Amino acid sequence: MAHEETVYEALDHAHGGEGQWAFGTGFDEPLAGVDTTVPDGIDPVDLGAYCLMLGDDALVLAQRLTQWITAAPELEEEVAIANVALDLLGQARLLLARAGSVGVLGRSRQLATESIPDEDALAYFRDADEFRNSSLVEAPNGDFAQTMVRLLVASTVRLAVFARLRESRDPVLAAIAAKGVNELAYHRDHAARWVLRLGDGTEESHRRAQDGADAVWPLLAHVFAATDVEDRLTTAGVAVDPAATREEVTAVLTEVLERATLRVPPWPADAPPHGREGRHGPELTELLAGLQGLARQHPAATW
Amino acid sequence: MSELTSEGGHGAVPTGPEVPVEPKPALSRRDWPLYEVFVRGKRGLNHVHVGSLHAPDDEMAVHAARDLYTRRNEGVSIWVVRAADITASSPDEKDPMFAPSGDKVYRHPTFYEIPENVPHM
Repeated sequence: MAHEETVYEALDHAHGGEGQWAFGTGFDEPLAGVDTTVPDGIDPVDLGAYCLMLGDDALVLAQRLTQWITAAPELEEEVAIANVALDLLGQARLLLARAGSVGVLGRSRQLATESIPDEDALAYFRDADEFRNSSLVEAPNGDFAQTMVRLLVASTVRLAVFARLRESRDPVLAAIAAKGVNELAYHRDHAARWVLRLGDGTEESHRRAQDGADAVWPLLAHVFAATDVEDRLTTAGVAVDPAATREEVTAVLTEVLERATLRVPPWPADAPPHGREGRHGPELTELLAGLQGLARQHPAATW
Repeated sequence: MSELTSEGGHGAVPTGPEVPVEPKPALSRRDWPLYEVFVRGKRGLNHVHVGSLHAPDDEMAVHAARDLYTRRNEGVSIWVVRAADITASSPDEKDPMFAPSGDKVYRHPTFYEIPENVPHM
């Protein structure tokens, strides 16, 4: 069958590289064949910092979702969650590679051995204070209902940003966004379906979905406030002002919760985006220990 | 007469009081009906049975089918149908059902030459 041939070709290809670094994704260079020249008038340092924000959001949420593997309520849902996490990991890889291509690597490049690609150095050899993800994605999962509410909120926000980012003046960012939009639309749809079923389900599922929404909503405080980097890049036509997505995000979330017979929790006042500046709670340190521990213990491992 | 289901995509499986069954699965799982999944690989080809899954309802079954059976770019269209809604032929009737067609070679379209530019035949 045609698709099986493709699968085996991909596997062969992955095994072709002798001495593949054990913790990387292998396969092709993430930005192979893409012109990574930074367009005129764009500060590469700002561009790299912005790519870290978007990339870290995806990487950290992917890691959170991965924590459901072997613990999801049903096998089918476990695969669904893993697929979402893999999509996000792919987005993270491209975005971190973009940050690396403009030289934004921080201390990670000194800590990682030379054979480790930039995007893996950024993923595995940065400490929590160098991560730029928002607090929305690093908060613990809670139960399944809360996980789905958070996925709904995070994918709604990210889809709104990516849809606008397709017009970015950085062609690499624009291409990453164009690819990501379809993935995020599916993530949002999947999470929304669960929120509808849990909210409008049994008394117990309704209670859990409502508790989940009440726990997740305060995290929206950090979503719409822009950092200086985002302000400068928005002016330069590269980034999306997160405040510009507020109307769409609140409309979508309100519609889903109302249809799910859930009470929409109060919208929090905007607060400084601490996560974007590298200030995180202990939850992120713990999450990164799980993500990075093995790669740091055996930094030169190959397979 | 046993009831028939198509659990696991292995065709008709008789179930009933006289057939030993495995222990009941976990509580939540028992509440989710079994669906059979059909995927169409590309335009012009038929939907093909690829396996089965459990899902809480029809819509989620389509989602689960997408996540389980089209992860490697296999499909452009998915059908799901509750296994309980499938009427299957019975293994007991296998001979009267299928043996009579075994020796009728003239029913095979092997006496025609198929032009090279006609695919999928």
